[in-house]
This record gives sequence, C-alpha cells and structure tokens, in this order.
Amino acid sequence: MFERLYHMLVKEFLQIFRDPKMRGIIFIMPVLQVLVFGYAVTLDVAHIRTAIYDLDNSVASRELVARFERSGYFDVTHRVRNIDELKHLLDRSAVAAAFQINRGFADDLRAGRIAQVQLIVDGADSNTAGVVLNYSGKIAMQLSRDVRINRFTRMKGTFRTPGRLTLETRTWFNENLESRNFYVPGVIAIVVMLITLMLTSMAVVREKEIGTIEQIMVTPITPAEFILGKTLPFALIGFADVVLVTVVGVFWFEVPIQGSLPLLFGATALYLMTTLGVGLLISTVSRTQQQAMMSAFFFYFPAVLLSGFMFPIANMPEVVQGLTYLNPLRYFLVVVRGIFLKGVGPEILWPEMLALAALGLFMLWFAARRFQKTLV
Amino acid sequence: MKLFRIWAISRKEFIHILRDPRSMGMAVAIPMLLLLLFGYALSLDVDNVPTVIWDQDQSQDSREFISKLQGSRYFSLRNYVTSYPEIEQALDSGSALVAIVIPERFAGRIDSGRSAPVQAIVDGSDPNTATIAMGYLDVITFGYSREVALREIRRTMGQKVYPPVDLRTRAWFNADLKSRNYIIPGLIAVIMMVIAALLTSLTVAREWEQGTMEQLIATPVKGPELILGKLMPYFAIGLLDVALAVLMGEYMFGVPLRGSVALLFGMAAIFLVGALSLGMVISIMTKSQLLASQLAMVLTFLPSFLLSGFMYAIENMPFGVQLLTYLVPARYFVTMLKGVYLKDVGLALLAFEAALLLLFGLALMLLCSLGFKKRLE
Repeated sequence: MFERLYHMLVKEFLQIFRDPKMRGIIFIMPVLQVLVFGYAVTLDVAHIRTAIYDLDNSVASRELVARFERSGYFDVTHRVRNIDELKHLLDRSAVAAAFQINRGFADDLRAGRIAQVQLIVDGADSNTAGVVLNYSGKIAMQLSRDVRINRFTRMKGTFRTPGRLTLETRTWFNENLESRNFYVPGVIAIVVMLITLMLTSMAVVREKEIGTIEQIMVTPITPAEFILGKTLPFALIGFADVVLVTVVGVFWFEVPIQGSLPLLFGATALYLMTTLGVGLLISTVSRTQQQAMMSAFFFYFPAVLLSGFMFPIANMPEVVQGLTYLNPLRYFLVVVRGIFLKGVGPEILWPEMLALAALGLFMLWFAARRFQKTLV
Repeated sequence: MKLFRIWAISRKEFIHILRDPRSMGMAVAIPMLLLLLFGYALSLDVDNVPTVIWDQDQSQDSREFISKLQGSRYFSLRNYVTSYPEIEQALDSGSALVAIVIPERFAGRIDSGRSAPVQAIVDGSDPNTATIAMGYLDVITFGYSREVALREIRRTMGQKVYPPVDLRTRAWFNADLKSRNYIIPGLIAVIMMVIAALLTSLTVAREWEQGTMEQLIATPVKGPELILGKLMPYFAIGLLDVALAVLMGEYMFGVPLRGSVALLFGMAAIFLVGALSLGMVISIMTKSQLLASQLAMVLTFLPSFLLSGFMYAIENMPFGVQLLTYLVPARYFVTMLKGVYLKDVGLALLAFEAALLLLFGLALMLLCSLGFKKRLE
C-alpha cells in the first residue's frame, strides 16, 4: 500500500510543481500577500485631516484649535473662509472632520455664556467618525473643565477643586494597540485556507475533466490511497506555507509569538484537515473546474467574512452567529490570536481545538464517503 | 474587426453560459446571496462590549458609576468579580473584553475632593474595538467627574451652572453613523470585482484546455474580436448583477442612494470593463483553469477587501502600498460607490477616478490583444 501511495504522491508533486507559475503561486504569493496586507491592514485612527472654519479669530479660538492639534489626533490641513469651501472639502474627502467656531466665541467665554463650537465629521466611514467624536468630546470636556476652574479660582480666590475620576487604562496582550499584531495572524490563517482549499477542490475535478481519472481507476490503487494521495501533498504544502508566512510575520513585522510553537503547528494540522476536507468535498460534487472554483469561492468568501477576522462576531445577528460555529476559520482565528497575542495554552483553547478536530474529521469522512461513490 | 464576428463569438459564449445552469446561477445567485448574508451580518458598530467589574469599594458612589456604565449601550455587564485571577481568566478566554476595577476608598476620595482612580483593563488584541471602548470609557468617566463638579459648584455657589464650552457635533453623509451605510456599497464593489474576474478568468483557459481553441483558430476570427466577443456576455451579466445589488441595497437594507442612478451605472460599466479585462488577461496568460482560478482569487479577493479603502483607510497605509492600491480596480469603484451613495457627488469629483479606471481597463484590453497568440505551440 505504501508503495502505491508513494507513487501517487510522486505523481501529484510532479504535477503540481511542473509548472513554474504554480510554484510561484504556492510559495511566493502567500509571502507577498502577507507582506502587502500586513502593511495595509490598520484601523488606527490618528492624524485626522481637519479643516478649521474660524469665524471668531480670537486668542480663545486659536487656543481651542491648538488644543485639538496638540492631542495628536487632528492635523489641521485646511483653513477655510466660507461654508461652501468646507462642504467641498468634505465632499472630496479631503478632510474627515471640520471645526466651525462661530463669531463671539471668545466673548461668550469671557462673559460666562455658553460658547458654542461645531464639529462636522464625515460619517461615510462611521468607524473613524465614531472615534473622532469620542476624541473631540473628551478634549472639549477638558477645556470646559479648565475654563471653569480658572473662573472660580478668580472669583472666589480659593476654590476647592471638586473630586474627580481619573481613568487609568491598561491594555493587555497588545499593549501598544498595534493593528498589525491583530491582523497578521489572521492574514496567515486566511491565506493558507485560500491556497489549500483551491488546490484540493480543483485536484480531483481536473483529472475528471481531462479524463485522466480513468487511467487512475484502471491501476490497482484503492480509493483510500487515492484520497490520501490527493490530500497529503496539499497538507504538506499548507504546512510549508504556514511556516513560511509565520516566519514573515514574526521576523518582518515583528509580531510577537507569546505562546508555544508546537501548539500552533498542532492546531494548524487540525485546521488543515478542515480546509482539505471541504476542498475534497467540493471536488466530489463538481463536474467542471469552473464549478469547483465557484463552489470554493462560495465557501471561502463567507468563511472569511463570518470568522471575526474583520467584523466582530458579537455584532452579528444571532442566526448568523449560530452559522459561524460551522466555520473552521472562526476557531482557528481564536487559536492563532490566542497563541500569538495572549500566549494562552490548551487549557484555554481546548474547546476551539476540539471543534476543529471534530469538523475536520467529519469533513474528511464525509468527503471520502461521497468520493468512493463517485469512483465506482 | 468585423462586428458580426464579435457578435458570433458573443452568442457562442452566451450559449455556453446558459447551457451550464449551475455556472449561470452562480454568476447571478452567488453575488446576491453574499450581499444578502453580509448586508445583514456585518457591522463594525462597537456596542455591548462584554465587561466585568471588580467593585472593591461597594459604596453608593461606586454603584452610581457602575450604573452609568450599564446605562450606556456600549458596555454590557457580564459579571462581578472579586480578584485579579478572575479578571485574567475572563480576558484570557475572551468572555470579557474590558475589566473595571474600582479601588477601595473610591467614594471617600471623591467626597474629599481628591482624584479617585478607576482602573480599566482592556483586551488590546483587537485594537479597533479596544480603542473605541476606551473612548467610551473616557467619555463616561469624564461625564461622571463633571457631574460631581457641577454638584459641588451648585452647593457652594447656590446657582445652576452651564458648561463653558459646548461642542455640538454633526455627522454629515451618514447622520446616524450606521456602519451598514458604508459597508453595503463597499461590499457591492468587492463582490462584483471577484465575480467579474472569476467569470472571465476561465473562459480562454478552458478553450485551451479542452482543445476547442484549435477550432477557433481555424476560423477567421481575429484576436481582438475573440476577446471583445468573450467579454460582452459577461459584461451583460455584470451589469445585471449590479442592478440587482442596487435594488437590494435600496429595498432590503434601506441604504440611501443620494446620487444619480445613471452616474452609478456609468461608473459600474467602466469598472466592469476593468475587472473583466483583468480576468481575461489572467486567462490568456495562464492557459490553465487551475492556475487561472488561483490567480484570479489571489489577485482579486483579498486585495479588493484590504487595499480598496473599503475597510482600511488608504491614507493610513505606507506610501508604497498606497501606490499598489492604484492597481486594484475595486479601489476606484469603492470610492465611486461611496461617493454616489452617501455624498451625492457628481461626475466632476469622480472624473479623475473614472479616467484612471478607464485607462486601466483599456491597458488591460490591449494587454489581452497583445498576449493572445492565435496559433498552437
């Protein structure tokens, strides 16, 4: 049996690596992808391009603007002189926020009236807009407080400052809140899934379509050997890719691995079982490579979006949340992020690992069963 | 170039598509299903952040502060804990993202006019959620401080006071800051990009692989005619997809379409030329369906997602990567769709994007014609 399996493996590897373009896709593409995407994925909101529409033009209004600039969140890139200019800048997305300080701002402040400032944010990107609103609200409150304390100290000579809360925030696991540390492990997971899923799902259909499957069927090879021969090479390639992109993540992007490497590879093995299982299943239900590719895409697209890679699962409707339990990527993301960022071990990650193992075994078993039927 | 030959190829291609109902269904049904699923499922709004609290003070003040947290929709209190190991467990397992520790003598410090520290421990693994949650926390604690201060002032001065500076905020284009309103237009762009490239990426490779290219070569059809003819049916399918997607956005998701529909379809047409040609180039270059589909997926799916400005702002990327985004057709389409949908911008503002995209599409078509050799090797 091992001899036949060995020959099958040799054939598969020859077939895969014969084409230099294929070699490129398998080994260079994932690395390139992690490199580019590692740089691209960041949701950090800083240096918000800001326009100032200062109708007051007083010391107080300039002080206000300076405060916003000093916070490090706002870069004043434009000063406008009328509202149309402002509108145009926002339309063109040249700025994401604009402050309008009305005439009389300084007078109001001095007279103890409410001094109004208007902030207009570009809500088209609601995520950034929300962060901008938070930042500016905080800065305005601080200013209010300082003005008030000043005022009372002046009036009463001594003013007992009221008690206040100070928030001491500490961040665990990703102290500097680097987006990259969060996303790079995720990119590794989705890139590897893409490669293994596509390769496996096309592998069998290709033989069917070209007709070479008949030649294989006349050989003494057993269905089990055939399936192993069709999945093992891709499992190995998947592993090689995981190692490759992890090396890029760790050494190029300096994403720390807090947890254990053996655990990471163990979990990868379970994860690859699921992606190979799905790929194999697709190849048994498809007749043409086009169908196989479309099916793979139809699986891959939701798998990525409903995994928690970009969109938090907790925000999804409950029905969809239930659906995500069938998604191997969901579990693997928890595992890789846990290992990379939190350094947690099996005592925390066992439910995810178990789910991956169960999904993987079921998928492979199911695919293998269907597969034997299509062979005979 | 003869029109009737282009037409003949188009008809042949169309019959191919129609004859395989599964492929046809996939070309139309998949995009709609995806949009339906994701339109409902995806949201970036951060609320109900799972939170645990360790209230060491157990005073009226601390309870008041906690009720402020609970009262905001941003935090959902999961549990009270009484030790750091419990906090660690909660954050490790991900059952809470934020832990708040209110130290002893919290109330005493506030009443005696000193500053009372509150500790917040935030799971930073997802920096986006963490930053937003921290922002909310800041606002809530600051609001609480202000209330204390106002109470104090009212007591000593015997009069009502107003905040000296009042920041009025308005969000333009998306007043309620609903993430769905920008996710849906972005999704349409990404889905269309992938579908368009996948559809065309196999069309020439399949002819080579199945040997039917030999028959085509034997006909008088010329390279550019073949390419145009093959593009047309997919162009029609693509436009149909866009139309369906726009209808869904309008009637199922209630995403406001503020701009002109004609402009939207004009832009979609330009975009489709670029996206379909990209698939065609891949198909011509690889001559193998396996390779072509791999390349098409790799070159469209993740780049459209990550480099188009759909999710991650392009101006935050390093300069080199920013340059790369100009090669991603979805980048232009995302800008166009967001502009037309949310901002009602006109052609004048989109002209630059449209011109670049058109240039991109034409360059790819030229590449197709040059790359396609009408002979057997």
